Amino acid sequence: MKNRLPLLAGPYVVWMALFVVIPILMIVFYAFTSASGGFTLENFAGIWNYLPVFLRSFELAFLATLICLLIGYPISCALAREGAQFQRIAMMLIMLPMWMNFLLRTYAWMSILENTGLLNRFFSAIGLFHLINSIFGTDIEYFKMINTSGAVVLGMVYNFLPFMILPIYSVIVKLDHRLIEAARDLGADSATVFRRVTLPLSLPGVLSGITMVFVPAVSTFAISQLLGGGKQMLLGNLIEMQFKGAAYNPYLGSAVALVMMIVVVICMAVMNRFGEGEEQAVVL
Amino acid sequence: MNNKPSILSRVFMALVFVFLYAPIFVLIVFSFNDSNSRSVWAGFTLDWYVELVQDQQIIDALYTTLAVSALASVIATVAGTFAAIGFYNMRRRWRTPLMTVNNIPMMNADIVTGVSLCLFFVAAFGLWGQAASWLNASLGTHLPTTLYLGFGTMLVAHITFNIPYVILSVMPKLRQMDKNLVDAAQDLGCTWMGAFWKVVVPEIKPGIVNGLLIAFTMSVDDFVISYFTAGSSTANLAMRIYAMTKKRISPKVNAVSTILFATVLVLLIVINVREARQNKAEARRSAS
Repeated sequence: MKNRLPLLAGPYVVWMALFVVIPILMIVFYAFTSASGGFTLENFAGIWNYLPVFLRSFELAFLATLICLLIGYPISCALAREGAQFQRIAMMLIMLPMWMNFLLRTYAWMSILENTGLLNRFFSAIGLFHLINSIFGTDIEYFKMINTSGAVVLGMVYNFLPFMILPIYSVIVKLDHRLIEAARDLGADSATVFRRVTLPLSLPGVLSGITMVFVPAVSTFAISQLLGGGKQMLLGNLIEMQFKGAAYNPYLGSAVALVMMIVVVICMAVMNRFGEGEEQAVVL
Repeated sequence: MNNKPSILSRVFMALVFVFLYAPIFVLIVFSFNDSNSRSVWAGFTLDWYVELVQDQQIIDALYTTLAVSALASVIATVAGTFAAIGFYNMRRRWRTPLMTVNNIPMMNADIVTGVSLCLFFVAAFGLWGQAASWLNASLGTHLPTTLYLGFGTMLVAHITFNIPYVILSVMPKLRQMDKNLVDAAQDLGCTWMGAFWKVVVPEIKPGIVNGLLIAFTMSVDDFVISYFTAGSSTANLAMRIYAMTKKRISPKVNAVSTILFATVLVLLIVINVREARQNKAEARRSAS
């Protein structure tokens, strides 16, 4: 029986080979193929024209990840201090928005951030623009919020914040209180306890949170399409255009996807190596 | 960690929840708005809910979403549970590389998964076309020579990205299970299948249910992978909404989302109240 049980995974192994491995190999194959079918490196040369898109994608995704971390870490700590019932309801409330389609929620931000949107209406209703205009002698009627890179970052933070909170919270809530008490007994102040005990022990959650925010943020195309108004082209938009748009060119699209995949894998590997080093340093 | 939560942290939490729920609140409010506008309030109406029932496109998209999510999550749960049991009983030498491949769809960006499956389906359909026309010519069969992206390809894609989540939630339960239980059941006369159904499945049931829920949620919310694998003939709700954002989203979509959201909210409340009641009853039983 011991020898037969692994066979249960057989069908899924075949499935993975068909629908996971071969498709990825096809991206690699297409990236090195020209439209006429021969081998070429031209697709990668073509990517150089889109260097600003790469830089912008990684910059915005990095910013969004950083903001998610700065919000997600403290809130996970704060949640872990609450009572059990409070924690359960709070976690449910954090998951619940995912049940409303993310495109719609992002679309709702459009109506909040627009030039004539809810936020600007609110500002004008409380006389903020009047105040600013009278102080600085300017003549503004609204803040320009939609179609900026800031709006795209806001959309990313909004959509992916739960992915940062969940893994960090699940690690922090299981933290052994005795370690913190021991550190305090041994004379560490709050800052030292955080730096030497809480942070290193919660690092696995932080790392998986960073991955879960960064990867979808760097490859999104719907958020930048909706909140960036097509002016903030990201890698996702570039790939989408090559496969679905008028500029149909799956060869270039595959090359972009391949390079993005490789850069992300390198980033993650470096980060995980850094994380492992930290953990070992703590053990020592 | 053991000090009481401060006012400051409560305020911070409240702000984060306002941030998370502000757009949802806006969406729900404007599903009752008596105008097409998405930012000007013009009075209360239920017109959008009435029109929603008459809009075949949205009803179709809703049906597609629910059908693909239900099918994909059930198939993925069954396949994923068997696969997890298989992986768990494998030698490490085999398990490690297979688990790495299993993690690829979770770690990869959705757009890469979607695009790679799209390329694969198109190429596979090309091969099928050649094979089918050869068979039709030589054997006189009437196989269709051209296949299109549609419901089937979307379903395959959803199953593919759902199974890793099922495995991820079943695997820890398998590790927690006492391995001797299966042997004991067999020693006591259970067949191989009997031991599986009577011992293994009840032990890992929480993991299976959890996996099913995660898979269903991922499928309902998925846009990117469906967008690349469903072709132009089929559309789930997310794809329909994306197509609408190019022009203007009808408040009918707000209405359908409000209904979905309310349904989930009610379900969650019912489940939680029941759990709380069970916990209380158990506490009372153990106390007496």
